[in-house]
Amino acid sequence: MTALVLLDHEAGLIKQASRSAVTAAARLGEVHVLVAGLGIDAVAEAAAGIAGVSRVLKADAALYDKPLAEPLAALLVSLAGGYDHILAGSTATGKNVLPRAAALLDVQPISDIVEIVDADTFVRPIYAGNALATVKSSDSKKLITVRAANFDAAPAEGGSADIQAVAVPESPTLSSFVSAELSKSERPELASARVVVSGGRGMQNGENFKLIEPIADSLGAAIGASRAAVDAGYVPNDYQVGQTGKIVAPDLYVAIGISGAIQHLAGMKDSKVIVAINKDAEAPIFQVADYGIVADLFTVLPELATALQKAG
Amino acid sequence: MKVLVPVKRVLDYNVKPRVKADGTGVDLANVKMSMNPFDEIAVEEAIRLKDKGVTEIVVVSIGEQKSQETLRTALAMGADRAILVVSETKVEPLGVAKILAKIVEEEKPDLVILGKQAIDDDMNATGQMLAGLLGWSQGTFASKVELSEGKATVTREVDGGLETVALTLPAIITADLRLNEPRYASLPNIMKARKKPMETIAPADLGVDVSPRLTTLTVSEPPTRKAGVKVGSVAELVDKLRNEAKVI
Repeated sequence: MTALVLLDHEAGLIKQASRSAVTAAARLGEVHVLVAGLGIDAVAEAAAGIAGVSRVLKADAALYDKPLAEPLAALLVSLAGGYDHILAGSTATGKNVLPRAAALLDVQPISDIVEIVDADTFVRPIYAGNALATVKSSDSKKLITVRAANFDAAPAEGGSADIQAVAVPESPTLSSFVSAELSKSERPELASARVVVSGGRGMQNGENFKLIEPIADSLGAAIGASRAAVDAGYVPNDYQVGQTGKIVAPDLYVAIGISGAIQHLAGMKDSKVIVAINKDAEAPIFQVADYGIVADLFTVLPELATALQKAG
Repeated sequence: MKVLVPVKRVLDYNVKPRVKADGTGVDLANVKMSMNPFDEIAVEEAIRLKDKGVTEIVVVSIGEQKSQETLRTALAMGADRAILVVSETKVEPLGVAKILAKIVEEEKPDLVILGKQAIDDDMNATGQMLAGLLGWSQGTFASKVELSEGKATVTREVDGGLETVALTLPAIITADLRLNEPRYASLPNIMKARKKPMETIAPADLGVDVSPRLTTLTVSEPPTRKAGVKVGSVAELVDKLRNEAKVI
């Protein structure tokens, strides 16, 4: 059996979530990957180097310059014949494209799997992770998105796959890219960082997120936020951790001024170690935290920054 | 311009889901059910577009008879008419998308706005699948929508921030959290909604096969975390993270 993984890449770099999807695919059989874009020789080379990949399919054409769902789904469908499983990481692109391709193939997709039981059977969270459903698919092909936090990323090096250019299927122009506003940060990517420090409504405003920065710097951490903090405009949407934001499972998650609504817990409760800093001793976040400090975050944060700098 | 908005009746988002002891699912007996929050945002967006060229809003739900309540809520918010496709068994996103595609053929809307995901099965698939079946453009995870002649400009929430795409109409849009703040229906509007038309049909009337492709073998509780310890000082915290948890 051979599985095909749609690789998501941005600015020439393959996303770590896509390498997690490669790991999942490798449990199902031989792994081929698809890279689509414009002028993507270097991305295809990088894909060929991912451990466990035996072939790279390269679709290099202007209509893939931006990852629009309509042409990408048509491309997947044109290649689907040779594969039993088609996977993608649960990235914005994976979630946008895979279900569309599934409908075109008359397949019920299986979203956001966290475990593979066998070639037909998968475990996926439902109800914001408050329950885990084990589902068996009767479709002849399986279209799957993979929750990156639950599968280690395949090593970026060690593979030596061959690269094959694929034909570009006809696809009507239904949508076009207008613009993007992407956050620029020197910090690690939130979805794959080893340490995440998040702020919530307790931060009171966007300016106060600066108090988190030295702590994140000392820990080499990504900065996240609760939905409340994003809704209040303290930080941009791509900071959001939770059921509908990013799902993270770092070694260390520090929740600052976050009460711990179930929608937030859904995004971070698989973290190895959770620290909560909140002045409300009754906040639900303490029920999942390994270490808690009940105190005013405006006192704790400067102290913590100093302690970590000294220790660092 | 006509807009179709599908809505789903789900366990209220404030209720903590409880897994049934026999592992067959989540207990929905005697718990509060509401409109899926993302669908509420979709209904609200359609209503806000009424000043901008939208003339009729049709809401549709696929589910048990009680989904009438959900449709009435949408009518009370400001939708004009409702269609209930009655199914006492669960219909998967693929089946839902097939039913909706049939309704779209009949109703001929210019735009379908859906919630980006239902908070029960968390599939995040129906809108994309409907777009695929219809061969329409799609703008998922929308945080801003603007309509102009034959076009919808949609700002989408993506991993790295925001992305704006232009869609040729007819199109599918799926609503993310920050698209708008849904209104509460006022009492007079709730009364008025009772008189708005609601049509009931069966999936078989549409000639659609909705037999499920996924069998749920078991539903289980996720492993629970135990509350840890409260520490008294920052120094103690740093010490524990270094020497006990060994994560820094």
